[in-house]
Amino acid sequence: MTALVIRGGHLIDPAAGVDGLKDILLKDGRVAEIAGPGKLKLTNGASGPDIQTIDATGLTVAPGLIDMHVHLREPGQGYKETIASGTAAAAAGGFTSVAAMPNTRPVNDSPEITRWMQAPEREAVVRVFPIAAATRGSKGEAINDFAALKSAGAVAVSDDGLPILKDSVMRETLAAAARVGLSVIQHAEDTRITHGSAWVASMNAGPTAFRLGLRGWPNEAESTIVERDIRLVQELRDARAHLHVAHISTAAALAAVRQARRNGLRVTCEVTPHHFLLTEEHVGLYSTNAKMCPPLRSAADRDAMLEAILDGVVDAIATDHAPHAVHEKEVEFENAPNGITGLETALGLSLRWLYNEGKLPLGRILSLLSAQPAALLNLKGRGTLTVGSFADVVVFDPKAEWTYNARQTRSKSRNTPFDGWAMQGKVRCTISEGRIAYVGG
Amino acid sequence: MSPSATPTRRQIHPPPAPASLFPYHPGSLLSASDLTLPEISHILARATALENQDPLTRDRILAKRRVALLFYESSTRTRTSFELAAKGLGADTTLVSSLSSSIEKGETLKDTGLTLRALGAETIILRHNSSGAAWLLEAETRLPILNAGDGMHEHPTQALLDLRTILAHLDPATKARHPERDKGPVILSDRSAAQGVEGPASPAPTPPRIDQVTPETLSGVTVTIVGDILHSRVARSNMLLLPRLGARVLLCGPKELLPELAAQVGPGIEIERNFEAALRQSQVVMMLRIQAERLAGMQLDLEEYKANYQLTGPRLATQAPSAIVMHPGPIIRGLEVTAGVADGVQSVILEQVRNGVAIRMAVVERALLAANQQGARP
Ligand SMILES: [Zn+2]
Repeated sequence: MTALVIRGGHLIDPAAGVDGLKDILLKDGRVAEIAGPGKLKLTNGASGPDIQTIDATGLTVAPGLIDMHVHLREPGQGYKETIASGTAAAAAGGFTSVAAMPNTRPVNDSPEITRWMQAPEREAVVRVFPIAAATRGSKGEAINDFAALKSAGAVAVSDDGLPILKDSVMRETLAAAARVGLSVIQHAEDTRITHGSAWVASMNAGPTAFRLGLRGWPNEAESTIVERDIRLVQELRDARAHLHVAHISTAAALAAVRQARRNGLRVTCEVTPHHFLLTEEHVGLYSTNAKMCPPLRSAADRDAMLEAILDGVVDAIATDHAPHAVHEKEVEFENAPNGITGLETALGLSLRWLYNEGKLPLGRILSLLSAQPAALLNLKGRGTLTVGSFADVVVFDPKAEWTYNARQTRSKSRNTPFDGWAMQGKVRCTISEGRIAYVGG
Repeated sequence: MSPSATPTRRQIHPPPAPASLFPYHPGSLLSASDLTLPEISHILARATALENQDPLTRDRILAKRRVALLFYESSTRTRTSFELAAKGLGADTTLVSSLSSSIEKGETLKDTGLTLRALGAETIILRHNSSGAAWLLEAETRLPILNAGDGMHEHPTQALLDLRTILAHLDPATKARHPERDKGPVILSDRSAAQGVEGPASPAPTPPRIDQVTPETLSGVTVTIVGDILHSRVARSNMLLLPRLGARVLLCGPKELLPELAAQVGPGIEIERNFEAALRQSQVVMMLRIQAERLAGMQLDLEEYKANYQLTGPRLATQAPSAIVMHPGPIIRGLEVTAGVADGVQSVILEQVRNGVAIRMAVVERALLAANQQGARP
């Protein structure tokens, strides 16, 4: 197998505490050697013509990014996205691992589908880690066989898109997942509040929703579920249950997570770039690319997301990449499906706003995008670039400014509110298990 | 890291939402807030001129121009009003309703709009059960779109005809004599004396029309909107329009139908939950229908509602004897208003209907003449 040498780059590996100029040898899908500039010994059998060299002078080299919340739409909705197109977009965004949510058609609630998603025939260019459904058909009633799902490759369980609403089912899910060492990822939405008998809330509740004549999704619908789940984790304290709150969006829910952590509970959360950058005002006049679930919130909630990223309560930045075909979004706001794409814009937005404006150290941002999600999903040998770990690498220019053009996306869909936005940090090369998955200009 | 070096969110200022590009077409009327005061004045002046014009010359203004009415909700009043307005200017109209086969078969609003455009429609008048539908139709067709009611959102021609109705009862002479007055009534009072006993069947002599509106035109006028504000597009359009002319808008109703945040829609809007107290301050009382079809799942005690918010003869006589009573229709007699009030001397409900045709003639004319002069922007 060909070896790869990355020369002259500035390696930032927050998990290993590395921040300096390093050359790296990748071989057989693993990190084989790390040394100061020009100091690689190349003793592992890699010699002359077999070695491909990447000149990373002036660039940052980091562990490949890990997105713990994406929707790849396969099986069942290949017109929105396929595992091949979704992972191509991931590679372009610097991601080498993506965790795929189970709300496919059919729902991924079986070892068969979990294995099917990881099969070579799917032509994924980066690693796909399925998150299996917690309950049969994600109906929130009967719990799946978590041991079987885990041995088929599932890295967590979730009914994402829907909450696990019943107390008894959620308690049992947390306990059963803890027994096999999986996290439970909860989409926190009390649908008894956000769904009426003839309507579904389509944006954040508040003056803007009232003015636009749209049904509102109040903050309590999120925070009360998070608070309920934390109570259950408290009850299951001895079982070491792990609750991970998906796409957290309200200050109240963050406060509950913060308090749970002080109490020593295993409660973690992720936040999306759209929830830390945009507000309900971005809905404008019914822009369906600003419609997602949970919805864009008030400026106060958005500011709380930024605060929590900076003070460390947030464990991961995840995109909730949710592709939808153009025709599906070209409908009345209330009838449009929820979700936006995000794999190609997460790094550019994070560097532009958290690093450049917020002065958050680059290592902290990269940790939120790789080391921390790797730890949350227990992905061994990923999210770091020590010798022996997987050769998952992103090489990017942290200073390069560029503009996102949704028409050039590698995703099958282009439902993004960030089209035309200024980005910072251009991905030059993404390497997945030693293979070059993306080369950018 | 020292505390002073700790990054804070105050250093991060993500970009605000961009200003809207709507309406794309100068002839469109999507929201009451899209119109400038000179545009409102122009529409009011054209409504009067068209109303007074000989029908034989008036129907050459838009002769053979093609107007499509696209109605996803049934509506007798608004549809007929728009249809008569367009035909009164000589336009050809075609109606596509929710019972039409293509809509029943699930064709999207975009495709229906593009089909109508391809068939030669030069403007589309849209009534739709989904808030914001008119914006989608305009974005997809780039035709002048007239919003004839979108979901719970807006109904701008209703607000304009309500304005015309209010202005017809505003006495500019009274106002001129008391330029600083703020307690009212600036509305013509004692209509019963002016009209005799016949009631609204024989309208009072038309007072001088006010066609030039300013930010002070309605200063000193309190307009109370009563009832199901939450589900009402009529309320929203009036809330956005009337305060810009100086009116104070009082909202009145129970919490289930009138959330506190309604007052945040714009300036000049207040909430008064006590109906009698609201009536005492009002020169205009606008009663809204309870929209039973949108109340799904809501617990509302209709007897209690009537006890608190029904406009009855005694209530009107004791609390607001000189106010005018408006209603966008359809009226549910015996629920939000009693039959006696609906037919009473203070009621201007049928005038509203009449004003609707005049306003819609002006708005349809504006849609098609703007298309002539400027064409659709790319
Ligand atoms: Zn979700």
